[in-house]
Amino acid sequence: MAVAETGAPAQGTPDSKASLLSRLVGAQTPFQTKRAVWGYIYAAPWILGLIIFWGGPIIASFYFGFTEYAVIGSPKFTGLSNYIRAFSGDELFWPSLGRTFSFAGLYIPFAVGGALVLAVLLNQKLMGTTLFRTLFFVPHLIPAVALAVVWTFLLAPRVGPVNEFLRAIGISDPPGWLASRDSALASVTMINVWAAMGGNTMLIFLAGLQGVPQELYDAASIDGGGAWAKFRHVTLPMLTPTIFFNVVLAVIGALKVFTTAWVATQGGPSYATWFFALHIYFQAFQYFRLGYGSALAWVLAAVLLFFTWVQVRYSRRWVHYEGG
Amino acid sequence: MAQTTLSNEPLLQQTPFSPRRAMQFLGRVATYLIILALCVLFGYPLFWTLMSSLKTIPEMFSFPPILIPAVPQWSNYWTVLNIDYPVGRWFANSVLIVILTSFGTLITSSLVAYSFARFEYRGRDILFMITLSTMMLPAQVTLIPQFVLFYRLGWVNTHLPLWVPHWFGGGAFAIFLMRQFFLTLPRDLDEAALIDGAGYFRIFWSILMPLCKPVLATLAIITIIASWSDFLGPLIYLNTPEKFTVSVGLQFFNAVPEVGGEPMQHLLMAACVMSMVPIILMFFFGQRFFVQGIVMSGIKG
Repeated sequence: MAVAETGAPAQGTPDSKASLLSRLVGAQTPFQTKRAVWGYIYAAPWILGLIIFWGGPIIASFYFGFTEYAVIGSPKFTGLSNYIRAFSGDELFWPSLGRTFSFAGLYIPFAVGGALVLAVLLNQKLMGTTLFRTLFFVPHLIPAVALAVVWTFLLAPRVGPVNEFLRAIGISDPPGWLASRDSALASVTMINVWAAMGGNTMLIFLAGLQGVPQELYDAASIDGGGAWAKFRHVTLPMLTPTIFFNVVLAVIGALKVFTTAWVATQGGPSYATWFFALHIYFQAFQYFRLGYGSALAWVLAAVLLFFTWVQVRYSRRWVHYEGG
Repeated sequence: MAQTTLSNEPLLQQTPFSPRRAMQFLGRVATYLIILALCVLFGYPLFWTLMSSLKTIPEMFSFPPILIPAVPQWSNYWTVLNIDYPVGRWFANSVLIVILTSFGTLITSSLVAYSFARFEYRGRDILFMITLSTMMLPAQVTLIPQFVLFYRLGWVNTHLPLWVPHWFGGGAFAIFLMRQFFLTLPRDLDEAALIDGAGYFRIFWSILMPLCKPVLATLAIITIIASWSDFLGPLIYLNTPEKFTVSVGLQFFNAVPEVGGEPMQHLLMAACVMSMVPIILMFFFGQRFFVQGIVMSGIKG
């Protein structure tokens, strides 16, 4: 990246100098050299951005992970103690990681599966498809905070409309939803699934469905396949690349769950929705343990990379690439 | 999207009765019923919120609950802007941040993408790979050092940390989206202009950018939605209610939904509706671009 700082365009530079510059930027003629230099200039904002907001912070964060640091003053090197503390001395660490996995385990199948069902329904060439698609998409557009606020009201145990409905259909003792320790995690999951089902995931599935060639369905019809057989043996195999893509995105999204839990329950009641991202936030920005928070962030990054690697590694077993 | 084409055969055709057609018809009816149920599932919570925002406080807490207020209190939307919480300021702050963020993202990401798509230089492909790999890293990793950086700069409790970084290339997704679009434009355009004596910036600004309008619209919509809904950034950087954005403000309002002992839940609902409406309207008008953008990034990913 140091090459980027090679400076001004090559206009009017003597031949010997230009050739040094051209070797530096990987060009042969003066024209190519000039073009390469302009390429660096146009890329410069991002090169700077990568250094200031990515490269620098990544190195700093890695270092902070081995220090004790509270913004004021300077980081104090403490070796591995942050990681040791995380794995063996922090009673919220493992539970918050486990809770995040529980959330992901519930969220991913419902959000991705639900999105697939919605996309298949909308792909039936019915009247009003655009309208339905828009309506399904709207929950995804609501700012996450408004989403959490609204659902806190909807799920209010005594006066909320959800429990009112449940009582009306004869359930005399409906759950306490977000207010109860036993159901808070499931409630937060439900809110997130509700918001995500009709969102980008569904749109990507719809696009994927458009790409399934009609001949395959026709062939299945000739072989006497019904609607289910067509779905099972044509749609599903052809969609596996899209499913794979959506699952990878859903895993990344699920492991970072933050806003709904923070606004609706603040991690409670009694830590029932204290997810890993909340744990990082509290350590770093409420208790100002920036060193420990950095170590936790790296644990999250490692978990995320591991799961992505596993998915890519095992995708070949079930993802079907046409002609690939 | 081809999805928008409606069925051109009418629901009931003038054909003689056959069991197969009857089954098809029943299937269609069932599909419609399922879709209708889903519309209720997705639409009712929003309808309930809208109705609650038009209630009086006694109506909000009446038992048994009522859904539709006797007299819709449209004045709630005016009142909420004049309570002790600076709700109007929150909206103004959000609008300002969204505008600055979007301009930064559109301008700088298209320049960087132009460089990636049209120029050849040493390190370009590695740079592009690094760009893509930043999408894999959770924001939490860079968040803490960025906070330290902005703290040292004295930018905490200002809006600067929320929009300035977007003027440095706008992020990997924006660059990727723009680059993919530039690659679809024929290079002959650039070369013809170059022969006519146009400079690189002229080619970018007068020839390529006008052709990029659809993808710019896509990127603008995606950026506006993300920036308007952002919560973690404002939560970390903003401390005083006057500086809050809509998201942090709503959270603050929700935590204490009363002013001087007066319950304000109906006004909180009005503020929630106000936070949704601009985004939903924009989606209605820009839907085509939005869907294209998601599909472009999704299919090629």
